[in-house]
Amino acid sequence: MSQASLRAANNQLLTRHDFEEFLYTEAALIDEWRLDEWLTLFTDDARYLVPSTDCTEDSTPADSLFYIADDRFRMGERVKRLKKKGAHAEWPHSKVRHMVHNVRIRSVEGDTYAVTCNFVVYRTKNDVTNTYVGHNEYKFAVGADGPKIREKRAVLDMDSIRSVGKISIIL
Amino acid sequence: MIEKQSSNSRSQYIIDDGNSGLFKVARKAFVEQDVWQQEQARIFDRCWLYLGHESEVASPNDFVTRAIAGRNLIFNRDASGEVNAFYNTCTHRGAFVCREAKGSSKLFQCFYHGWVYSSEGKLIDQPGKTAYCENFNHDGSSNLARVERLESYRGLYFINFDRNAVSLDTYLGEVREYIDLVMDQAETRMEVVGGTQAYAIDANWKLLCENSIDGYHAVTTHATYLDYLSNTAGSMTNSDMWGAARQFGGGHAAIEYSAPWGRPVARHVAAWGEEGKKDLDAIMARLSQKYGEERARRIGLLNRNILIFPNLVLNDIMAITLRTFYPLSPDRMHVNAWALGPQEETSAMRERRLFNFLEFLGPGGFATPDDVEALEMCQRGYKNLRAVAWNDISKGMTREEPGTSDELQMRAFWRHWNSLMTAQEAAE
Ligand code: FES
Ligand SMILES: [Fe+2]
Repeated sequence: MSQASLRAANNQLLTRHDFEEFLYTEAALIDEWRLDEWLTLFTDDARYLVPSTDCTEDSTPADSLFYIADDRFRMGERVKRLKKKGAHAEWPHSKVRHMVHNVRIRSVEGDTYAVTCNFVVYRTKNDVTNTYVGHNEYKFAVGADGPKIREKRAVLDMDSIRSVGKISIIL
Repeated sequence: MIEKQSSNSRSQYIIDDGNSGLFKVARKAFVEQDVWQQEQARIFDRCWLYLGHESEVASPNDFVTRAIAGRNLIFNRDASGEVNAFYNTCTHRGAFVCREAKGSSKLFQCFYHGWVYSSEGKLIDQPGKTAYCENFNHDGSSNLARVERLESYRGLYFINFDRNAVSLDTYLGEVREYIDLVMDQAETRMEVVGGTQAYAIDANWKLLCENSIDGYHAVTTHATYLDYLSNTAGSMTNSDMWGAARQFGGGHAAIEYSAPWGRPVARHVAAWGEEGKKDLDAIMARLSQKYGEERARRIGLLNRNILIFPNLVLNDIMAITLRTFYPLSPDRMHVNAWALGPQEETSAMRERRLFNFLEFLGPGGFATPDDVEALEMCQRGYKNLRAVAWNDISKGMTREEPGTSDELQMRAFWRHWNSLMTAQEAAE
């Protein structure tokens, strides 16, 4: 049992360290292409969002065109797809490396924690290394078995995605 | 349509052999610097190019800046309500007068020495004005320069850098019928939804022209997308893909077909529930009343991938996308894509539209990344140009009625491209 789930079970507040542990684990699962395990970090009603770079903070996938706006079902389908040879953009799998920094708990309301972090993600394919820079806005739901991600909003701090071409990996 | 008899020509770029049913395109058209340079002069400096949608400059003083065919432009609606296209360069010494992607402004002020232009492009102030001669700018030559031509069709604004170009209506010709089929989906008007997908592909721009109207590749390139559709039982009706290809002259072409996915206007799928069905029934009833049942069914139920020569794609499929792209070099292009929807659409339907859009379209979707990969692999393949010099685009050439997975629509593009690139010019 992780420290975070112990604390959660004892009704104690989670700490930054708990979330750092969690986010490092998430990063490792994506980098190692253990995407089925990555999915288990999310609640059943989770969403994974990547807004277009000209969206604002209030933009939602209901009113604006994003790059990615998956509900939990589509996240599962995304993972299924990425595991197939027919996901041509990611076959053979690119090399992915997530750097996670500046983890901060922004607010706690009941069982919901708002956590933000900065990220740099490197993707190497066909001898080209692309860099994605941005910050993640997480909403965690903390239950007796520890934290799970209810929403992950990966906001690119870029003017467009021309320098990286596409977002075929998980950010 | 009897393609066989209408085609029989050969240039350094294409072999169009209607008698044998063979159509070949020279791979050098995708890689050579000379070809790219000639394209700038003969295509991008002559053809009507998509600038933006009226809804992006809905109110007086709204502006967006846009890079088009190597130029940096301002698209705005001025204080008096007129729509303009200006070159984004100060007439003093050249700096950008507008450095934001979009906004609202009565004035454009160059920050270098402080010259100020009105939203109509008039030079209205210069610091130290008394030091200039009395007649300075009496001929307007120091106002913001206007793009040579600006015209619109059904809310789509196009520019042309050739002052003597034919009118936009003439240029679009018969493809207007297909633009109408998209725009008529709105009871009020169409609007661009917030959020731009701005990405890039390391491949020649003509590969994306082909790909955008290529019905042949879906089953192979997009197998994982089709798997996804069949996993989402409620998101699919059981209609197979069938339909027809059309060419309109002027290089414009389209495919029109039925497909299994839901359409926000207006093909229902179970995933949208009773609520969604009510919305769609109401839309179909309105369309039938306005356009008659047959046209209403065509507008609402059929899908269209439309290529407006040279580089505007209007795909009216599980959502509507406007996509335009410009080559930076023979092997790289910038792509901009937007979602289009009826202004009066309910928020629930708008949400479905955008959800639909992202499952297939765009650089984070379940299909576009694989298109991008395919195009980039083609471009890499052309490194073998000396050994393998020609592409094949012959599919369906001997058929009476080529289907959507044939390549008539691509041949239409290439024939026109070839005619512009090989025309004897008086000046030369
Ligand atoms: S360059 Fe614009 S004011 Fe001098
Ligand atoms: Fe495709």
